[in-house]
Amino acid sequence: MSTDHVLPAGLPPAPTDSVALRAESDRRADRFFRYLVTSAGLFVLVALAGAAASMLWGGRLAFSTFGLDFLTTTDWDAVGQKFGALVPIYGTLVTALIAMLIAVPVSFGIALFLTEVAPPWLRTPVASAIELLAGIPSIIYGMWGLFVFVPVMSATVIPFLTEHLGPLPIFGPLFQGPPLGIGMLTAGIVLAIMVIPFISSVMREVFLTVPTRLKESAYALGSTTWEVSWNVVLPYTRSAVIGGIFLGLGRALGETMAVTFVLGNAHRMTASLLMPGNSIAATIANEFSEADSEIYLSSLIALGFLLFIVTFVVLAIAKLMLMRLNRNEGHR
Amino acid sequence: MFKTYTTRLALAGLVAVGSISAQAADITGAGATFVYPVMSKWSADYSQATGSKINYQSIGSGGGIAQIKAGTVDFGSSDKPLDSKELADAGLGQFPSVIGGVVPVVNIKGIEAGKIQFTGPLLADIFLGKINRWNDPQIVSINAGITLPDAAITIVHRSDGSGTTFNWVNYLSKVSPEWKTKIGEGTSVQWPVGVGGKGNEGVAAYVKQIPGAIGYVELAYAMQNKMTYGAVQNAAGKFVLPSRESFQAAAASADWKNAKDFYLIITNAPGEASWPIAATNFILMYKQPKDAARSKNALAFFKWALENGKPQAEALDFVPLPDELVKQIEAYWAAEIKA
Repeated sequence: MSTDHVLPAGLPPAPTDSVALRAESDRRADRFFRYLVTSAGLFVLVALAGAAASMLWGGRLAFSTFGLDFLTTTDWDAVGQKFGALVPIYGTLVTALIAMLIAVPVSFGIALFLTEVAPPWLRTPVASAIELLAGIPSIIYGMWGLFVFVPVMSATVIPFLTEHLGPLPIFGPLFQGPPLGIGMLTAGIVLAIMVIPFISSVMREVFLTVPTRLKESAYALGSTTWEVSWNVVLPYTRSAVIGGIFLGLGRALGETMAVTFVLGNAHRMTASLLMPGNSIAATIANEFSEADSEIYLSSLIALGFLLFIVTFVVLAIAKLMLMRLNRNEGHR
Repeated sequence: MFKTYTTRLALAGLVAVGSISAQAADITGAGATFVYPVMSKWSADYSQATGSKINYQSIGSGGGIAQIKAGTVDFGSSDKPLDSKELADAGLGQFPSVIGGVVPVVNIKGIEAGKIQFTGPLLADIFLGKINRWNDPQIVSINAGITLPDAAITIVHRSDGSGTTFNWVNYLSKVSPEWKTKIGEGTSVQWPVGVGGKGNEGVAAYVKQIPGAIGYVELAYAMQNKMTYGAVQNAAGKFVLPSRESFQAAAASADWKNAKDFYLIITNAPGEASWPIAATNFILMYKQPKDAARSKNALAFFKWALENGKPQAEALDFVPLPDELVKQIEAYWAAEIKA
């Protein structure tokens, strides 16, 4: 061993002033570092508040002119200068809901397949493929949706749905109408395909963090793969899984180009999911450059603010549900 | 001593050359997407002929009006003319640049381009949703030669604000009192029925995808996409097909002489051969520009385009302005625009 740790006898400790100096400069560096990361953290809040405030300011004319009617009316009339945001809000929520209904189970399946079922040699290629899917620009999804998927929808899927689900008593009205191929259902499905990579890659990552010991114990007790997934893997990773779902939901709510292509951009509210509708982001993208009066422009900016609020409310509700779930967990 | 003098001279020369070429390359414009094909062709040929470059941004008519009002471009372009009061308030002058036309396009199996006929009120009723099947007696009665299917009509309109929409609904307002009171006219309106496509391409794509669809696009898009366009009955009662000739007839029959600041929308034009939904593109420029030299360059470009750019416009299915109108525009420049 070396003799580094042995202090030479008789010598005084290292000069105290240099230690003090060192400590002082360390403190300064520490302080500086703290300010640096604090400002990075605050930057998010400032940017968020700034964006919200500037949209609220830009939309003040619309809010003051229409008041609450802006939220509850379906008019969107640039000639008569009457604007109401109900149709785009409805379209945004419905398409995002359809997307999540499809994307969450499929993503769960993909992640389970990749972590529990697939042979090891297949896992990496499929996982990379999913990440590649996440990198495709949304306009490509939109064009694929319009030129490839819409004809399939209008020729086979929608006639099938209208024929078999249309006559049903309660859900029937959701599936009635001419087979345009363009509409909220198509937009929801395209959105689902777009968010699946996000949700499934997060799910896969967190499923991999489940300790092998836990899973093997469950298998040892005679559990099936499904029982292990549902009773061990999912509870262990629940909050992270829900985080991944939020990520996908956020993207589905704000997605613009792909939705513009396949949603139909019609300012009308219909019960049928097969009919065209409109979403907040699509309305803004379509109409912003040609908004030729102040109230029109202001209404579009106000829509942007509402998208902000809608996203915030949806995420807050999801968070609350998660908290309640965790509380109940404690009582069990 | 002599050396420094020559260096200075050379530097001065360089600076001068730099400023000339900067000035020559400096004409910027923004506005209607409708004229983008002919603008880019003109500017390419103009730059070959004179060395001056035109930078035209096709951001839409509304954007063009906003940009020229903000003073960020040398000229703006719009498919919707501004009235004299709005022009005066902003200190702007206005003149037409080129004429085109909006055509109804349909997707009905077995019907060839130009074979289906519409009247103005019929188009208005279809776009109001009052007539919603292709075999409606009102459509059948004026289309004796063809068999129309028992199929639903799907309307395809523009989802973005557009000068094309403006001219289309302006025409519908002129021929249908119900359209005028219920919907009105503008670059975007509250459509009672149908789906919205973004841009001419979007409308063309939707019409091609949806069986039984009817939409409206500029003639060039209908031609490029080989779409089934229809004939429309004009103000003189004749059914005419969309073509350069019928657009030209509409432009020629329009009363430009008495139009103050060229404020004239040539839809529903008189004349036996006139296409009823012809559209004019307008250029907006400051009457007292901050930078007179740049406006002068822009006017030189438009003078060249209006006088020498006719073949290029015709090749792209646009109609160049008649000579008489060009003379009137040049007189307007001399009188109104101080460049």
